[in-house]
Amino acid sequence: MDSIKAESRNLNFYYGSLQTLKNVNLQIRERQITALIGPSGCGKTTYLRCFNRMHDLYPHNRYQGEIILYPDKINIISPEVDPIEVRMRISMVFQKPNPFPKSIFENVAYGLRVRGINNKSTLSEKVEKSLRGAALWDEIKDRLHQPAFDLSGGQQQRLCIARALATDPEILLFDEPTSALDPIATGKIEELIMGLQEHITILIVTHNMQQAARISDYTAFMYLGELVECGETDSLFVNPQNKLTEEYITGRFG
Amino acid sequence: MGIFDDELKILRERVLKLGCMVESAIRDAVKALVERDSELAKEVIKRDHLINALDVAIDEECVRLIALRQPMARDLRLITTAMKITTDLERMGDLAGNIAERAMELNAEPQLKPFKNIPKMAEITQQMVRDALDAFVTGCSRLPYEVIKRDDEVDELTVRNFEELLGLMIQDPKIIPLAVKRTYIAKYLERIADHATNIAEMIIYMCKGKMIRHTEISEEKE
Repeated sequence: MDSIKAESRNLNFYYGSLQTLKNVNLQIRERQITALIGPSGCGKTTYLRCFNRMHDLYPHNRYQGEIILYPDKINIISPEVDPIEVRMRISMVFQKPNPFPKSIFENVAYGLRVRGINNKSTLSEKVEKSLRGAALWDEIKDRLHQPAFDLSGGQQQRLCIARALATDPEILLFDEPTSALDPIATGKIEELIMGLQEHITILIVTHNMQQAARISDYTAFMYLGELVECGETDSLFVNPQNKLTEEYITGRFG
Repeated sequence: MGIFDDELKILRERVLKLGCMVESAIRDAVKALVERDSELAKEVIKRDHLINALDVAIDEECVRLIALRQPMARDLRLITTAMKITTDLERMGDLAGNIAERAMELNAEPQLKPFKNIPKMAEITQQMVRDALDAFVTGCSRLPYEVIKRDDEVDELTVRNFEELLGLMIQDPKIIPLAVKRTYIAKYLERIADHATNIAEMIIYMCKGKMIRHTEISEEKE
């Protein structure tokens, strides 16, 4: 059995008075890819964002319960834990590529600079390593100082992955990372994600069930803010145990 | 989803149609033997290409559905089951053809003795095929388990048939050519029952998502 990297315990979440996560108990296994699937509004993105403390940005949002990060067993949604610290350890890649209006190099170096790393050779080394990790280096190594917006959509998304990798996160969160990309760019990102799994634990939200089936080791199905079923991807897509999961993945929902 | 559901319904109907064709092939082949009707035997052999053609058509349809509809869960299990059981059904059709060939050979000679075991085997086997296909259409029930259990009866009758014929052959070696053909026919029926058992096992997979092939059925919780 793989060890647990993170775990939500009785996690509830409220946007003001609206409860969008209900008692979600889920274990995220170390160096495995866990996919979150479910219809729009089921809470999967809300759940993902908890891991990055994204909800802290709005005053009426409220967490309840715990998200424990291993091995040190800190509760990352506890108010005593600094969200910046959490985001250093858990990075996020979004639906649409969102590079900063800076050069390719500076996009990747940004997180390191925020951390106070300004040594030129350390930065170059880290930037190269991250861009290689995101399978982008060979394509852009001769134009590191050009604007990031000059890149294609797929390249921009890989740049965002490189930016997320630069701080050596333990968990990488993906929120529908390929929904704005064509099948070729999607294929590259999927292969990249599968390769990253060697070092990093991955949690990915996807609307594309085939994508979940292709790349994930575990799949969790959510509905109306609740976790309905989580299992090994192989068995969940062939023989789901819950009727709701069955209806959703066979496209007979609602 | 409506269109896909219709496509699956058509797929089920085609598998069922193939099953009916195979069932009649078995029935007619044995009838041709017992009633010494070589015309009917010829008919069975002639009809085999229809079974083959439908087998291929169903396989092609399954591949098309997998490619275009990307089925999951029970839909995926239904389609993979259809692909596998049509292969079994096609083989059963071939074996019915073999029975018809032996029937024609035996019908050309004087009858050795009235048939006793073979009609009984044919009856059980046909019922196995029918029940397996019913289970394919109606879904989860005890039926496929019944089919698997009945395979033992067919196996026993095969052995009994062989022993009886062996006794006759020892008494009178002149009948060996005819008696051996009769043992062949029993063997063909026994193989048909095995294929029906395969189908029943696949139906259980289709319903429960669990492969029980090559396991002791008694360990399986119904």
